[in-house]
Amino acid sequence: MAQHVVPPSTYVKVFGGLTILMILTVVMAFFNLGVLNPVVALTIAILKALLIVLFFMNVKYSSKLTMIFVACGFFWLLIMFFLIMPDYISREWLTPAIPW
Amino acid sequence: MSHSSDSLVAHHFEDIEQQNESAVLGMWLFLGQEIMFFGGLFAVYLVYRFKYPDAWAAGSTDLDITLGTFNTVVLLVSSLTMAMGVWSAQTGRQKSLIRYLLATLVLGSTFLVVKFFEYKHKWDYHHVPGPSFSFQSEHFPNAAESNVQLFYTLYFIMTGMHALHMVIGAGLLIWLIVLAWKGKFGPHNFMKVELTGFYWHFVDIVWVFLFPLLYLINRHH
Amino acid sequence: MSTIAARPESALMPKRHYANVKHSVASWLLTTDHKRIAILYLISITVFFAVGGFFASMIRLELLTPKGDLFDGDTYNKMFTLHGIIMIFFFLIPSIPAVLGNFLIPLMVGAKDLAFPKINLLSWYLYIIGGLLAVWALVKGGVDTGWTFYTPYSSTYAKTEVFLAVSAAFIAGFSSILTGLNFIVTIHKMRAPGLTWFRLPLFVWAHYATSLIQILGTPVVAITLVLVGVERIWGKGIFDPSLGGDPVLFQHLFWFYSHPAVYIMILPGMGVISEVITCFSRKRIFGYEFIAFSSLAIAIVGFLVWGHHMFVSTQSTYAGMVFSFLTFLVAVPSAIKVFNWTATLYKGEITFEAPMLYAFGFIGLFTIGGLTGLFLGAMATDIHFHDTYFVVAHFHYVMVGGMVMGFMCGLHFWWPKMTGRMYPATIASIAAIIVFIGFNLTFFPQFILGYLGMPRRYHEYAAEFQVLNVMSTAGASILGVGYAIPGFYFMWSLFFGPAAGPNPWGAKGLEWQTQSPPTTFNFDEGQPIVVEEAYAYSIGGSESVS
Ligand code: HEM
Ligand SMILES: [Cu+2]
Repeated sequence: MAQHVVPPSTYVKVFGGLTILMILTVVMAFFNLGVLNPVVALTIAILKALLIVLFFMNVKYSSKLTMIFVACGFFWLLIMFFLIMPDYISREWLTPAIPW
Repeated sequence: MSHSSDSLVAHHFEDIEQQNESAVLGMWLFLGQEIMFFGGLFAVYLVYRFKYPDAWAAGSTDLDITLGTFNTVVLLVSSLTMAMGVWSAQTGRQKSLIRYLLATLVLGSTFLVVKFFEYKHKWDYHHVPGPSFSFQSEHFPNAAESNVQLFYTLYFIMTGMHALHMVIGAGLLIWLIVLAWKGKFGPHNFMKVELTGFYWHFVDIVWVFLFPLLYLINRHH
Repeated sequence: MSTIAARPESALMPKRHYANVKHSVASWLLTTDHKRIAILYLISITVFFAVGGFFASMIRLELLTPKGDLFDGDTYNKMFTLHGIIMIFFFLIPSIPAVLGNFLIPLMVGAKDLAFPKINLLSWYLYIIGGLLAVWALVKGGVDTGWTFYTPYSSTYAKTEVFLAVSAAFIAGFSSILTGLNFIVTIHKMRAPGLTWFRLPLFVWAHYATSLIQILGTPVVAITLVLVGVERIWGKGIFDPSLGGDPVLFQHLFWFYSHPAVYIMILPGMGVISEVITCFSRKRIFGYEFIAFSSLAIAIVGFLVWGHHMFVSTQSTYAGMVFSFLTFLVAVPSAIKVFNWTATLYKGEITFEAPMLYAFGFIGLFTIGGLTGLFLGAMATDIHFHDTYFVVAHFHYVMVGGMVMGFMCGLHFWWPKMTGRMYPATIASIAAIIVFIGFNLTFFPQFILGYLGMPRRYHEYAAEFQVLNVMSTAGASILGVGYAIPGFYFMWSLFFGPAAGPNPWGAKGLEWQTQSPPTTFNFDEGQPIVVEEAYAYSIGGSESVS
């Protein structure tokens, strides 16, 4: 890794972004957006996580390899979610006529 | 600094580049492992929130949003101070390195103290799962008490696991502060600071998800 | 049986090597040399193999007769649980990676050590701590949940030492994670000049894929076991039906790891086979890229199929259908490997040394195990086979017929490298044949038993199943003999075996270019430079080798 020194000004800007997003997420929670509430909350959380990973954790300035591994970690998590949920969503679709 | 960067290279590496790159990659793999570790808990969360939306909303609205928000701010600031600590090490600012590490440690401890009071509050109100658990919700009549207890079980396990990681992080910070005190860090030797920083930021990210998922469900009621 | 000529009769043991630089016990217990750590692992997994083997023989003894005359049901439950936990978490998962992988990966990539030698030592200690906890659980009264720890039995009802056993597996899991982490970093960052990805031995590719599974899968089972432990201590928990918790969720999380984990228990074996097949047919491997990428494919697709363990649970039928389909996909890369090995043998100059005999055993038995996996992966047939001896036979064909064969194969192949000495070739070949016969006699009848409907995990059975069970028990005793013999001649060879020289098999690969046993830093002449591909054996269109 070519040692890339990120200047404090960047860190402060990122921190500013994080603060704004945090305020936004709290405020949005008090509006009734129906199913959109969790979507908004998660989108904001993902944005915050991205900011932290890219800047505080230097991924933006690091090698392709690091990026691949970081992406892999999150991707595997999605695999787990996407294959567990169908079970719970579709369990009731085939209810037996006689309740057990 | 008198010692050349050569003396920092362990015997089995060819040069400092290789050593540092290995360390960074190793840390990221470790964090990948951490993602999946917490991921198991998030999967449980997802399944049960899907099954018991009302109980989740009921349990969530009863959490202290002020303290939760406060702690979120504390952690975000601590991530900033940690990042600044890394920068100080990279640019050879010994004094400010120690100051930033101390600030991070103090903020982390603040988080833990606040968390402790939140737990205590739950204990006083019988919201800790167990024989004496009791919970009534005016807003969510459909939330079964047993399912709310499930929410709280998960709440305690998730935040507890996060807090445990914070404690470990605090330990690492103390270790770094001692090393910094001895003047061990500089522009050629800051990997330990940087990698601890990665860990600290990761724990922050976990909280970034825990906060909305636990504290912010259906607040508009 | 002809021995390969490459071993000069006059070979002498080198004066200095990794094992004799220091002699104190502390120099072993505090070593950071990957080769010494590999030896520590070898000794410890052998001990656990013996313990697990003891429980296996108790199981087979009980099943000699239809009546439960040796143990009562509870004791029998503990026997098969401890057998499973010890064999899987403390023998099979660390077997090839932690012993052969540890010893060989730095040598194969031309490095002085793994990237993180201290972490390597740490992972051995974690393994030992986990192992001691398991032994403690055993001594305090045992565990009876089965190695799968299914809830709610494990979390609420079991009266045995579940917490200790779960902690043991948890800690051993971190040992496994750290080993995988070390391998991946080493393979990425420490390859010798000229050693491009497609010049790497397939053993290394296989371990790379294994390590990915270890890092991405193991933490999930770790947290799941934490949840079970918490539930036992706290009395309330995530899988507790009285709170609306779903015990089947445990199965999802458990198999999210444990299905990929079965590939932790086969991929390294496949890696060994690729090395041995090429060497003893003097031929370059057929379809190098296919084998390399099929390892990765297995690691990835292996994460998508876990629901096939849950067809007979409340898992939704629709989810089951998806998992069933994906299960059939994962068989493809496994089959690719088998085809490629077979094609490698074609027109090779095959010789039948002991490692090669084990490799043949592996190919045949893994094929049977893998194909019967497809019977189980089809939902309709699995309803019949689930929890019968058919499943038991299936996984023993892949785990014992596959991985243990692979381990024995690798051990016989690299023993000269690890110790610098040869073992008696003829006895070794006879032992390999005994193992093969004993194995099939033990486990083939179990396919029939399961097909006929004999359920697993009971200490009694219907009288009509006795003949096949007696065959199985008889086979097990032959198998036991087959495994014991190498113990004797390996010990013998340590002291009296003729010196092997650097490359007794005339094999390719960096590990054979340094003395046997290697010195502490592996390559005393400096880092080797790689100029040719792996497996540049004489047959198969090789340009470079004379
Ligand atoms: C060719 C690929 C394979 C397929 C399609 C396959 C399929 C299956 C299926 C469907 C089951 C569940 C049976 C049931 O419980 O009803 C199963 C069980 C099992 N398989 Fe495989 N398998 C394959 C390879 C392997 C390998 C390579 C290993 C280990 C090295 C393995 C180890 C196991 C074990 C340990 C179980 C039983 C777990 C238990 O319930 O205790 N399998 N397999
Ligand atoms: Cu499976």
